[in-house]
Amino acid sequence: MKQHRTTATILSVLVQGLGQIYNGQRLKGIVLLLIEALGLVYLVPRLGEAFWGLATLGETTQKFVKVNNSAQLVKGDHSIFLMLNGLIVVFVLIVFLVIYVLNIQDAYKTGLLRDRGEKPKSFRQSYENATGRYFPYLMLALPALGVLFFTIMPIIFTILLAFTNYSAPDHIPPAKLVDWVGFKTFKDLLFLKSWSHTFFGVLFWTIVWAVVATVTTYFGGVLVALLIEQQGIRFKKLWRTIFILPYAVPQLISLLIMKNLFNGQFGPINQYFKAFGLDGLPWLTDPFWAKVTVIVVNMWLGIPVSMVLILGVLTAIPKDLYEAAEVDGASSFQKFRIITMPFILFATAPVLIMQFAGNINNFNVIFLLTNGGPIKGDYQFAGATDLLVTWLYKLTLDNSKFNVASAIGIVIFLMIASFSIWNFRRSRSFKEEDMIQ
Amino acid sequence: MKKRKGKVRLTLSYILLIAIAVVSIYPVLWVVLSSLRPGAALYSESMWPSRFTLDHYRELFGNKAFPYATWYLNTLKIATLSMIFSTILVTLGMYSLSRFRFRGRQTTLTIMLVLGMFPSFMSMIALYIILLQLKLLDTHAALVIVYSAGAVLGGFIVKGFFDTIPRSLDEAARIDGASHLKVFTRIMLPLSRPMLTYVALTSFTGAWVDFIFARLVLRTKEKWTLAVGMWDLVNSYQNSNFTMFAAGSVLIAIPITLLFIFLQRFLVQGLTSGASKG
Repeated sequence: MKQHRTTATILSVLVQGLGQIYNGQRLKGIVLLLIEALGLVYLVPRLGEAFWGLATLGETTQKFVKVNNSAQLVKGDHSIFLMLNGLIVVFVLIVFLVIYVLNIQDAYKTGLLRDRGEKPKSFRQSYENATGRYFPYLMLALPALGVLFFTIMPIIFTILLAFTNYSAPDHIPPAKLVDWVGFKTFKDLLFLKSWSHTFFGVLFWTIVWAVVATVTTYFGGVLVALLIEQQGIRFKKLWRTIFILPYAVPQLISLLIMKNLFNGQFGPINQYFKAFGLDGLPWLTDPFWAKVTVIVVNMWLGIPVSMVLILGVLTAIPKDLYEAAEVDGASSFQKFRIITMPFILFATAPVLIMQFAGNINNFNVIFLLTNGGPIKGDYQFAGATDLLVTWLYKLTLDNSKFNVASAIGIVIFLMIASFSIWNFRRSRSFKEEDMIQ
Repeated sequence: MKKRKGKVRLTLSYILLIAIAVVSIYPVLWVVLSSLRPGAALYSESMWPSRFTLDHYRELFGNKAFPYATWYLNTLKIATLSMIFSTILVTLGMYSLSRFRFRGRQTTLTIMLVLGMFPSFMSMIALYIILLQLKLLDTHAALVIVYSAGAVLGGFIVKGFFDTIPRSLDEAARIDGASHLKVFTRIMLPLSRPMLTYVALTSFTGAWVDFIFARLVLRTKEKWTLAVGMWDLVNSYQNSNFTMFAAGSVLIAIPITLLFIFLQRFLVQGLTSGASKG
């Protein structure tokens, strides 16, 4: 009686679900059969075009054909729709293939059970199995599908775009076709003078911004937290609540408010300057002062966050450390330098590095405050305070340079990814070392 | 001698604290006062209005050009729905990743980490075209779907929280014959109420203030959310309608700020759980 598993497997390879029916699991078999039917109905008419579309990105452009003395538009291939549709079909294909492989495995396993003379599981038992052993998969299915279609697929699509020439003005469907061009976009970005000048300029400012923004908010937070937690300061809770206020106001609103506050002509800040007899400063319109403004405003937004974090860490420092230091006659500054600061740094290092990575991607502050401006004449579609992300956004939405935008996205990803991986490894090795405990 | 030094230090500290407090409060106070000031201009002689008026609030709801009330309802709807769906998806996903050791778990976690490193709107163009194909452009459903699906990736904090609930609890229940589903609904969910609140709150505020994606998807003025509307108001009528913008901002900020102060404890917990405590 060795046949069962072979027969069931072959049947399931031929038609999904047939092996299960052969094994006597009729309901399960029918469900699988229906899934396959659904898959075939969806995939068969689409598969050929999908692969053709992905490979060629379309072959005919739209054109006008003369019909009865009037020009009529004949639709051509839309490269981007072809690419996306191809990608969707491939993703659906993968989902069905996974089900298909599981179906074969299942048929084989049940056949094996029967060969051993055991009874195959009934639908009820399968159901119980599903809520038992397979429970985590069942739970993950819905979130995973969402992530697959609304995060992973768009990202893959965008990565693919970096290897095409999809950009204004010459390659925008439906009027024109888009083609695969390999690494040309990256080469242009790095070596073609007009692009590389902007790219390295923006990259340099992005890094300067990320470092300065992270350091100022972090140490600002440390300072404020220590001020509050000093011995002898009263109304600690009141101070804390006041200082948290900037964190509680939605960022969008506070940034738009700041934009008005720093308005060079009518804003109150310059009015105060004038009241003291000083000339106002071009806060948002001068390249240098715009950079100062975004950093100052970012401190206003970011210091409360670090403060909350560091207040939490401060309470965790064992008091006996300080008592021991006092016995040894340490001054306040020594206590701070030898106990407090190392402790805070150790506990918040992973967060600090993630904040740095987050600042590289800090879209809101720049976009809402200066919109990347003031415009720089020798930059391609970028201004003096533009970060890589805001530049990416402008290239996509305002200038339709999709391929360059995608390439920049990949560069940002590589930067963030290397930091995060380094951080991850470092904090792991730290944990093993148990430096402080 | 030592006492005098301490006094100087304290005085200096108080001066600093007061200065920081003024800087923290000033922008907020300025907007609140501006919203109550007669006239429409950004420029004013003094911060304190010569007389107070509620006209701008009335105008917000009466002005035909700015369907503020509609925007408010739109935003409320989108934020509430995204909050519900995000919380469900995040809880389901993170619970199974935290509690079960199954094949592919480590891979899933790694993929999540990697996906989180892409700039979130790198996928903007693709999402736009997908939504166009699905005929979901300019609908609120699109926003709810994308916010909820995106929330899953930010769920590491939730996983961390589930990790801290002792496993002996659910093992005991399992031995007593409870199914996984029962363990989840009867034991884990009630225990993780603080974390659920945190997730719900952050996804609500996220949808409430998101502007990048909402601006991309919502095309007609009647479908806009508050964030898009406010941004438009500032960008196109900056100096001529400032007081109205101020009134609108106050109304947007109030619910979020109240929620924040009310649920501060959970937020702080969520934030500090990212730091390894010594």
